[in-house]
Amino acid sequence: MAACSIEDVLAKVERDEAEKLKSITVQKELDLEFDAGNLLALDKNRIDVSDFKQQKKDDFLRSLARDNTQLLINEIWKHPTERVEEVIVVKLPEPTTVLPREKPAPKPRPPTKWEEFAKLKGIQKKKKTNLVWDEVHKEWRRRWGYKRAKDGTKEWLIEVPENADPNEDQFAKRNKEKKERVAKNEFNRLRNIARAQKLKVPGVGLPPASQQSKTELAQAVNIAKISTASVGKFQDSLPKEKAPRNTGKRRKFQPVIGDFADEKQKQLDILKIMDSKKPRLDITKAVNKQMREEDMEAAAKRRKESARKGRRGHMSGRGKGSAPGKGKGKAAKGKGRNPRAKQGKH
Amino acid sequence: MTNLDGVVKPKTKRSKRFLQSREPKLTENFKNAMIMKGGNTSETVTQALKDIYALRKPNAVLYKKKNILRPFEDSTSLEFFSKKSDCSLFLFGSHNKKRPNNLIFGRMFDFHVLDMFELGIEKFTSLKDIKNNKCAEGTKPMLVFAGELFDLDPEYKRLRSVLTDFFRGPTVSAVRLAGLEHVLHFTALEGKIYMRSYRVLLKKSGCRTPRIELEEIGPAFDFVLRRTHLASDDLYKTAHKQPKGLKPKKKKNISHDAFGTKFGRLHMQKQNLDQLRTRKMKGLRKRKGETVNGEDPTSAKTAKTDA
Repeated sequence: MAACSIEDVLAKVERDEAEKLKSITVQKELDLEFDAGNLLALDKNRIDVSDFKQQKKDDFLRSLARDNTQLLINEIWKHPTERVEEVIVVKLPEPTTVLPREKPAPKPRPPTKWEEFAKLKGIQKKKKTNLVWDEVHKEWRRRWGYKRAKDGTKEWLIEVPENADPNEDQFAKRNKEKKERVAKNEFNRLRNIARAQKLKVPGVGLPPASQQSKTELAQAVNIAKISTASVGKFQDSLPKEKAPRNTGKRRKFQPVIGDFADEKQKQLDILKIMDSKKPRLDITKAVNKQMREEDMEAAAKRRKESARKGRRGHMSGRGKGSAPGKGKGKAAKGKGRNPRAKQGKH
Repeated sequence: MTNLDGVVKPKTKRSKRFLQSREPKLTENFKNAMIMKGGNTSETVTQALKDIYALRKPNAVLYKKKNILRPFEDSTSLEFFSKKSDCSLFLFGSHNKKRPNNLIFGRMFDFHVLDMFELGIEKFTSLKDIKNNKCAEGTKPMLVFAGELFDLDPEYKRLRSVLTDFFRGPTVSAVRLAGLEHVLHFTALEGKIYMRSYRVLLKKSGCRTPRIELEEIGPAFDFVLRRTHLASDDLYKTAHKQPKGLKPKKKKNISHDAFGTKFGRLHMQKQNLDQLRTRKMKGLRKRKGETVNGEDPTSAKTAKTDA
């Protein structure tokens, strides 16, 4: 009796379970593709057109949508849930659908000139403490900024250096130097940006420096000379001044009316080339080509020779192989040497 | 020298922050969409644009004035607007005799048009036309694509990608189960694309997973596919390129098997067995200050797994 009842109960439970599942199961020929991270589903099944035409369009679409949504919800419900502040949330996995990015990936900032140099020399950044001991005030003060230790700007008296002009205002000089340093830093910053953007940086005079090199000065003079409205055409030059070098080539044109004989000759030359049926011979080019070919031939021969020698080895008689080999080798050498000498002369 | 081409130096901290927010990032923020209309629009198109704006609302810009552009002929002004409003998705509506009730869905990469799809509205039901409860604004919708065309046809596949990009909400790590109440269903059938939007009603089923009933809330569209502009394979590939920093670094000595069990590999130092104390006796007890080789706890390398 007892066993029978248990079986009954089990069967009943099974039936109940199946009925419950019935309401949330959907039969599909092909399984749907899910991307739970995006709450996305793709139903690849073929949609029956005859069904679509028989039923009302919206009803059909709604029933299709219901089935698909049910499957998607079933899939989402499978993921682990969690209670956060009285609300049940489901943890979503990472989205699997790859979508294009909005902007390309950020590029690392290109190193500045200093950073390049530091890397080359192996200079590493050192961490400095924020506070330093100020001997004058007998207290710890910050290294930089407001109320800093050893503040040069706060001095009421500056000793005039021995070799300095006694009438020079040392305070003004210090201010000017500071301004120049700031300007130089800004200039370098902009130059670094321009370098990073691969823009061409125009040569703008000379940056302030304690000691200018000779070439830099010469360059600055040249730039200053051509920085006039007429691009330096009417600029006087000093006696014995050398013409500037390496200033770049400029296109030069022949005068419109000038040497008629020269012009006639040029025209005739062109006509001659056009008239002749034979191709023009560039002698230097031809000679070079010839020499190169000879060299290559000789090298090939030598290679062949050495390979043959190597293959014969010690087994066969030396006398037999050596005689023709030597002769050939000599010939190759002779041929090889000649063009090299020619090249030297050129 | 002070104002270099293409280098904008912010003058205030605020503008610097603003510019930083628009710079390319490793993990990108959610894509914004701009919704605009052309020189001539019908009432249908205007209403459709408004409805789609309502679906996407916190992350969209609705341009209210006319903008006379033809995206398929010249995309420069579109690119300009995209740069201006920092939007990489766009929806453009227009209406003319040749192409009545026209919507163009598209997306950009690096402020250049990646792909565009022109969809003509055949039938339209607005959000307003259906009088019932709507979903809350900013709800992350569930997206369902049905029809074999979405899997087979390359053009439809790309369209699916664009629509996913356009309508999926922001990427989140977790969602409230009761908040899953909006479904967008796209059906490709007989050369048409049916877009329907439903509210999900969760019913008791007796087991953990609820039974679903749907209620249409609008907007509903019957689209036909018109012109398309697909990105070249090269550009499409570049757009998908993920930066190196995004990949998680591989952890050493940890592996998983097929069942997801975690394994760890331990590297132990050799133990000195000569000085192993097996018996506890008062005479053998370690005295203070005495260090024994091999028993020093700090020298031994230990590793733990929480399998």
